[in-house]
Amino acid sequence: MNKYYLGIDLGSTTSKAVIINEKDEIVGRGITNTRANYKVAADIAREEAIYDARFTLLSHKINQDMISKPEFKKYMKDLRNTFQYGQFKRRMDSLEETLIRTVSNFTYANKEALAIELKKIINHIRPQIHHEFINGDLGSKNQFFRDIVSERYNLEVGKMGTEYYEPLMLAFDKSITPVENEMVQYSFDELVHESMKILDEKYLGLVDQQEDGSKEDWYYAELNAVKNNYKNVELTLRQHIDDIAGEEIHIAKMTGTGYGRALLPFPEDCIRSEILCHAFGAHAIFPNTRTVLDIGGQDTKAIQVDSHGLVTSFHMNDRCAAGCGRYLGYIADEFGISLNELGPEANKATKETVICSTCTVFAGAEVKELLHNGEERPNILAGLHKAIVQRAMSLIARSGGVKNEFTFTGGVARNEAVLKYVKQMIIDSYGEVTMNIHTDSIFMGALGGAMFARRNISADLPAAKKTVAMEE
Amino acid sequence: MTQEAQKERSMILQKEMIDGLFNDLAKAKETGKKVCYTFIPGNLSELIRTFDMLPVYPEINALQSAMRKKSAAYIKEAERNAHSEDVCTYVKCDVGMMMKGNIGPTGLKIPEPDILLLSYTGCFTFLKWFETLKREYPNAKVIMVHTPYQENGVMTPEMTEYMVKQFKEEVIPQMEAVTGIKYDEEKLKRHLVLAKEAQDWITKIFDTTKHRPSPIDAYFAGVYYIGPINIGFRGTQEAVDYYKELYSEIQERIRLGLGPITPEGEMKEEKYRLVVEGPPNWTSFREFWKIFYDMGAVIVASSYTKVGGVYDMGWRHDSTRPLESLAEYCMNCYTNLNIPQRIDLLSKCITEYQADGYITNSIKSCNSFSAGQLPMMREIEDRLEVPVGFIESDLVDPRYFSYSNIKNRLESYFQMLEQRKVIHESEEV
Repeated sequence: MNKYYLGIDLGSTTSKAVIINEKDEIVGRGITNTRANYKVAADIAREEAIYDARFTLLSHKINQDMISKPEFKKYMKDLRNTFQYGQFKRRMDSLEETLIRTVSNFTYANKEALAIELKKIINHIRPQIHHEFINGDLGSKNQFFRDIVSERYNLEVGKMGTEYYEPLMLAFDKSITPVENEMVQYSFDELVHESMKILDEKYLGLVDQQEDGSKEDWYYAELNAVKNNYKNVELTLRQHIDDIAGEEIHIAKMTGTGYGRALLPFPEDCIRSEILCHAFGAHAIFPNTRTVLDIGGQDTKAIQVDSHGLVTSFHMNDRCAAGCGRYLGYIADEFGISLNELGPEANKATKETVICSTCTVFAGAEVKELLHNGEERPNILAGLHKAIVQRAMSLIARSGGVKNEFTFTGGVARNEAVLKYVKQMIIDSYGEVTMNIHTDSIFMGALGGAMFARRNISADLPAAKKTVAMEE
Repeated sequence: MTQEAQKERSMILQKEMIDGLFNDLAKAKETGKKVCYTFIPGNLSELIRTFDMLPVYPEINALQSAMRKKSAAYIKEAERNAHSEDVCTYVKCDVGMMMKGNIGPTGLKIPEPDILLLSYTGCFTFLKWFETLKREYPNAKVIMVHTPYQENGVMTPEMTEYMVKQFKEEVIPQMEAVTGIKYDEEKLKRHLVLAKEAQDWITKIFDTTKHRPSPIDAYFAGVYYIGPINIGFRGTQEAVDYYKELYSEIQERIRLGLGPITPEGEMKEEKYRLVVEGPPNWTSFREFWKIFYDMGAVIVASSYTKVGGVYDMGWRHDSTRPLESLAEYCMNCYTNLNIPQRIDLLSKCITEYQADGYITNSIKSCNSFSAGQLPMMREIEDRLEVPVGFIESDLVDPRYFSYSNIKNRLESYFQMLEQRKVIHESEEV
């Protein structure tokens, strides 16, 4: 039986899980938003990683076909999106039920009318989301259940008068939390078969797409290939799916890390500081890394590591969390845009407005004042992003500076404007050094945790016994 | 105070001494004794004794208030009276205590000062502190002595002469005027002989951390050990007796192979030996300490226990040069050393006491300590290749002690030490 190792990074904003095999290769990743019930967040991230691992195993089985035949590649991509829709649908069913119940428990005089309006909204957004998952690429956008639903729900409720607006917003707030905090079980093979059925219908109704120059050539090639050959792909997949679904993903050992690690339902000796995990994960991907910058939801860490990937010193923000991911979240709220739009918007700037406030809340007030004075939104956002990076640079300097290769990790590394300023300021301060940013940056902590688990080094607690020394 | 679990004789002695001092202070008006407020760094304890005065240390009162969870209310009181958020919290705690009736740590009222004696000017806040107190106590005589900083890492004869001149022309005549007692140099010399004796003992005590396991914690317990020598008993037989007793108790611990005493009993396993720079946090002192002993970390040396005098390098009071040695004492307190001197001193501690790590506790309130802490840490890290850690808190303002943040950093730090140990052990194998 194959052995796998799990790392869970329970951050203040997102919870991440990574599964590795005995060669330290990542086979599964899972991510979800952190919520009041930490255990559920950790479990969802872990379940996601296990599904992801099954898809990885499935891809390995059909590896040759995936490389040589475009229809296999396209089908697998669609299958994963549709699979995600299946998961979404089950949670959405629960949310719909909860919303209806919440409204029926209201004491508003117009609650019958509210129930009708609610039904209308649901009937409007559900097909919309279905379409975006099946025919669009919503599944690959890394959006969480809450974000997907609330974005569309709020838009619809926003169009209504105040007599509906407030009660229906309240209904959503009251319903989303319990739904998010419940664990919904899915069966992998059931969901895969269901997804294949949906894809059957999709491809059956698909007409040949004529190249109109709006998409790359490969897009049409893949689409047309899958349209004509999907039955073949299905046939091949069906040979493996039952094996994959039946295979036990045996987690031999796990490590929990992150801000909420103490609350994870893990034995004490399986809990490890996120500083060590981020450094270890980043070092595994980029072995020449000597300085790691991690910007997470509520802390920023500048970490120095040695050639083994072990931390030699670190510096963290203290007393104040301005300049972290949550700051961006707050700013996005202030501007009424989503977190994903922040970076691109900031990159449209013609200059960076100077933001003086060192406090998140005060920065909010400053932003309002600047907007009032006619300052352009992208310029203000650029200034805010720059301010965040300046704070991080100060921590790097305090931790000893950048001596060699530099790696940037954490959720905020996904923001392109932050990236731009990090690159710029690192070069300004330390010259041309190698800078690494990986698409998996947000998973580095979980990866490091999984790697510690594989090495079987127990965390530092007086009672814990070390069994195997590090095998570097 | 702490350590109810195990009361050693030295602890009882210390309690008697402190209770005695505060009783004397409470009765000062009846007995006609004059009261001299002064600060720990560069304190002229022996000279104060020579004039039969009783000392009051405002910063000790502040830290005692913090340990008794009263500092938050006192600080609030001071802030209500226009002291800004950025003012040193020792000052605000002391001012607040005064405004609320000046009840000291033993529950007895502390008398008004007859003299406000500032014999160390390296901390600018001290000047402002006494300016504030002067407004509250208009009858008190203010004596300020300018203490030259050891800019070049040495105390020159000119610096000493400059200070002696201030003693002769300012301090002594004013003390004579306030107390009505004639300056008696022979009496001062007798105090200086006893001061030297106490200094010898305390040096030997802090040197016992050379043993494994270390029989004492030189920071968390160390702050109790420095009590008598710092708060006015230096130069008395009582202090000598206390340190002799403490030393013999520690010798017994060494003989039995015991580790330090913690509020929860003996520390079982010594896993890490650390040197700490910076004062401790007083509002959550027990919680702070617990994070360390729970992880098996013992502090083998700390800069804070040298705040009232640096004796490691061999300096002692010298009764043959009474005023000169008082001058040197003022100039030789820890925060009056320049940064390279502090680095040398701490490096010596790390090496001699075989420390596994070095931790800086950066204090929001204290510029004397915080200035230079980061470059010191970097230099020590480079020079000795010792793992360093940095945490932030405050002296007596509970709003600036974030337990979870500090615990998170320390946990990470200890895990980092542990990893390095594992690596080194496997490399040795």
